[in-house]
Amino acid sequence: MSFKNPIRPSEITPEHIYNDRRKFLKSIAIGLGATALSSMAFAKVRSLDNIVDSDLSIGDKKTSFKDITTYNNYYEFGTKKTDPSEYADKLTTDPWSVSIDGAVKKNKVLSIDEIIKLSSLEERIYRLRCVEGWSMVIPWVGIPLRSLLKHVSPTNNAKFVKFTTLNRPSEMIGQRYKVLDWPYVEGLRMDEAMHPLTILAVGLYGKVLPNQNGAPIRLVVPWKYGFKSTKAITKISLVEKMPETSWMKAGPSEYGFYANVNPKVDHPRWTQATEREIGKGLFAPRVKTKMFNGYEKEVGYMYKNMDLKKYF
Amino acid sequence: MTKSLRPPLKPIIFLVCLWPLFSIGYTIYNDNLGANPIEYIEKHFGLWALIFLCLTLSLTPLKRLTQFGQWILYRRMLGLFVFFYASVHLLIYLGLDYQFAWTDIQDDILKHKYVLVGFLAWLLLIPLAFTSTNTMIKKLKKRWKSLHQLIYLVAVLAILHFFWLVKKDLTEPIIYGSILATLLLIRVYYFAKNKQSKNKKNNEN
Repeated sequence: MSFKNPIRPSEITPEHIYNDRRKFLKSIAIGLGATALSSMAFAKVRSLDNIVDSDLSIGDKKTSFKDITTYNNYYEFGTKKTDPSEYADKLTTDPWSVSIDGAVKKNKVLSIDEIIKLSSLEERIYRLRCVEGWSMVIPWVGIPLRSLLKHVSPTNNAKFVKFTTLNRPSEMIGQRYKVLDWPYVEGLRMDEAMHPLTILAVGLYGKVLPNQNGAPIRLVVPWKYGFKSTKAITKISLVEKMPETSWMKAGPSEYGFYANVNPKVDHPRWTQATEREIGKGLFAPRVKTKMFNGYEKEVGYMYKNMDLKKYF
Repeated sequence: MTKSLRPPLKPIIFLVCLWPLFSIGYTIYNDNLGANPIEYIEKHFGLWALIFLCLTLSLTPLKRLTQFGQWILYRRMLGLFVFFYASVHLLIYLGLDYQFAWTDIQDDILKHKYVLVGFLAWLLLIPLAFTSTNTMIKKLKKRWKSLHQLIYLVAVLAILHFFWLVKKDLTEPIIYGSILATLLLIRVYYFAKNKQSKNKKNNEN
């Protein structure tokens, strides 16, 4: 068996990814050899082969793969930043299906492979701004959410999109504690969901998405605080009323539905005027947070006549 | 009598109290601070300041429960370590986290209640550290004791600081809050008991 180029070298910038390549290939080869022909694993690797660049990517220096995969807020695996990288490998992400229902012409249940075939995979380098006041620059791989939504033909009653994360306490050990009201629920307004910047990510740094980052499929909405970007999605519902999200339930005065990155509206706990850039070392200053995380030109129109202090 | 007042284990305990410095040094040396090193160091010293606060406040209850007075001989040193680690915690916040950007810092302290109570707790430690010398104890006489009861207020503020900064998982603040509450309740118990026995004596007379 020969797998000379499952990933195009040009996709892969950081050196350590190159170094990981052998190990990665070997693991695939072993996997294939052992389980006859695991077409799923093969398909995943192949599909990440055809990644196209996007004009919507930013040019900032990417945060290291190590930092992106060891400093995570993913309460399904524990509340410490290091918990997800420690415990998420127990999660079974294959087989996986996402059910799409609600205000659509026809309900659908799709596999990850079926979803990523709806559009070409794109690399989107986005800044992820956490509500806690830190940020990373992450090279996601995914497809625009709008290609999936168009595929299910929303009806006129579709005003909001509700995302639900997997609920499986046997593998997601953080769900054994009622830190949040499981399963995790998030939502977007229809125009936000249809925005070209909004993506469903299945990869990171040209590779299949690591479990701690929300594998096998997660939402990424770059102009909103990180908690809006639902991980390990199992259900997408198109609904008429604004869904009540997990964090709204947990602290309505602290977490709003919109959660747009906004340096002028402080969180009761943290300043939102500045942010700490992960990976810049001990002596780097905080940087100023940008309105809509730097996407004001692209998304500002959706919030034109809204009081963003009220709709935080 | 005067001889027994010299804390025999002082040098050893002093070295043990430096543990948080050794441990963070070791973590830095091994490059294990993680993705957000400033946050790591800041939390490290904040937590150790709180731990030393618990230790300092546990000496009087220990004295009562063990009927062994020598515990108190280490109270000043432990108390000064509270001030030391709280100061390092603050200095990292001011210097590393905010790089002494004073307007941002002022905003942060005034706008966010967890920062405000933490800062107040540190401010209240200053007079306590300043009056910890033998000379000051003699000078202030009875007032010294009332002044140093401020430590209870510091404990309450420190716990509030912890509670309000945590996003959702309150496990750690609850653990330290319970420890401090227990230590304070033991004092209340002995205070009430002493009062009772005094009243009894008065009645008998």
